[in-house]
Amino acid sequence: MKKISKKGMNEFIQSLMADYAVFAPVNIDGIFSFRPICNFQQIDRDYQNSKKPPKEVFFPQSETMFEYKNGKVESTEKVTRKRLLLGIRPCDARANLLLDHVFGGQAYKDLYYTNKRDNSIIMGLGCSQPLSSCFCTSFGGGPFSTAGLDVLLIDIGDRYVAQVVTDKARQVLTGKFAEATRQEVELAEKIKSEAEKRIKSRVEMEGIKDKLDEIFDNPFWNRLSEKCIGCGVCTYLCPTCHCFDIADEVVDSEGKRVRNWDSCMFPLFTLQTSGHNPRPTGKERMRQRIMHKFDYFVENYEEPACVGCGRCIMNCPVNVDIRNALQEILKT
Amino acid sequence: MENAYLPIPVKVGSIFAESEDRMLKTLDLLFLNKEDEENFKFMPGQFCEISVWGKGEAPFGIASSPTERGFLRFTINRAGVVTTALQYLKEGDELGIRGPLGNEYPVDSFRGKNVVIIGGGFAFTTLRALIKYLLASRKDFKDITIIYGARNPGMLLYKDELKEWERRRDLKVYITVDEGSEAWQGLVGFVPTIVEKKAPSPEDAFAVICGPPIMIKFTLPKLTSLGFSPERIYTSLEMRMKCGIGMCGRCNIGKLYVCRDGPVFNVAHLQSLPQEY
Repeated sequence: MKKISKKGMNEFIQSLMADYAVFAPVNIDGIFSFRPICNFQQIDRDYQNSKKPPKEVFFPQSETMFEYKNGKVESTEKVTRKRLLLGIRPCDARANLLLDHVFGGQAYKDLYYTNKRDNSIIMGLGCSQPLSSCFCTSFGGGPFSTAGLDVLLIDIGDRYVAQVVTDKARQVLTGKFAEATRQEVELAEKIKSEAEKRIKSRVEMEGIKDKLDEIFDNPFWNRLSEKCIGCGVCTYLCPTCHCFDIADEVVDSEGKRVRNWDSCMFPLFTLQTSGHNPRPTGKERMRQRIMHKFDYFVENYEEPACVGCGRCIMNCPVNVDIRNALQEILKT
Repeated sequence: MENAYLPIPVKVGSIFAESEDRMLKTLDLLFLNKEDEENFKFMPGQFCEISVWGKGEAPFGIASSPTERGFLRFTINRAGVVTTALQYLKEGDELGIRGPLGNEYPVDSFRGKNVVIIGGGFAFTTLRALIKYLLASRKDFKDITIIYGARNPGMLLYKDELKEWERRRDLKVYITVDEGSEAWQGLVGFVPTIVEKKAPSPEDAFAVICGPPIMIKFTLPKLTSLGFSPERIYTSLEMRMKCGIGMCGRCNIGKLYVCRDGPVFNVAHLQSLPQEY
């Protein structure tokens, strides 16, 4: 275990900027997200978790794939600068591992995503004060889980204890980090176990997939989707949702192809030009969202596409709670 | 690994109106680079994403067979932004394609067997590719039966080729229309009815069926009662698609993505999936 004072951390971050594009929590009108910064003072630490998931560092909400002029194409998948992602929570770090399954597939790789991922270092920040909407422990995660992180920082007051996870991280941590004392490590352990105890919300995942296999045609989906207004916020803010649209934007002879986050909760998502829509109502769309996360994804990659970050619960305008939905599924 | 989102440059070699209403047009595309052409290895049933610069991309089944060299054929129904733009292109206009994408008709398992090909409307495109492929090594297959229907004689695709195939003695060809005209001397009737009447034998046979959902819905029971098992019937599905490589998330049926794991499925497999297509 290493340690660094908070002042030392600021200097460390500043020193990284020569070699890395640093992405850190930034507060824009009360909305926290992970943005590129050029000065450590832009960082705002007054967050429990970001509103927008840090997946956007690798999979931006809107991204130019290539530009073209008179039919000549210029692609943008190359990454010119290494990235350092600072302060993301362990739940979101796990989510990136799930996105890796999708974008780093066997037959095809999404180079826009994988190039950014491969050229990044992630320093996560342990979750000392999880919220009532957090349920990461239901998916094998935890407020101090190191999965998907290169370094885990633990805030112990006026300094951080740093748990180095990967060799890649070892090369980055400079002399500003010292060996942590036994007391400091013990304090970190105490904070950790207290945080874990605070996560009271737990969803029983055992049997969910088998149940979902049986209830595709169950009227349960009508009930579940009844109050959903189809705003799509649950999917936009989900750190594991990966659906996107591709569109062309053009001015005169210069154009670009852009991809944008899209959502299975929108009717246009699957509407065919003929007018046929395989998911015509909210029922089919809600079913798709749940099935994709807890059935289809499990079949394809052997784990559910949910990390229990709670964003969909916190931000749903009509209080759809995915934990209740999962519980009801077991009872159906 | 190459960037799977970058289109290969091609140009329009020719453009031909298939139907009287000029809503269906066939485009033959030519590769701009010899190297791209050599690397483009495909099989009947696969599709491409075609880019019209400034308009966007849409998926289309390849209507030519790999045994026809020098061009890639697509037949396009005018329906949305991209298809409208495609239809008004001129010879020599440049555009982009991505592909070949998706899987193919299982032609190797057809070898030494009878093949029954059933098509409806403008979904006949990849079936044309399949027929041309089978004809290129005709002796590898036993009887080949083609049943193809359109709304009226004017809506039939590839009219000259259909005539040529009808004249061949090594093909059984039944062309039908929902509604005849004065000049029409062929069959009149819906595809399911013609399938029932002509009753192709299921003995040692595979069937491939491609057409509007309503046609497939009523033809499948006819094939079943003739004795075709669902394992021996193949079809090709359509879905709204964007990426074409199983990432953008919209064309799934259960855990499978139609773009990557399809578009060709055997009917037994389809029956085991959630009924959502």
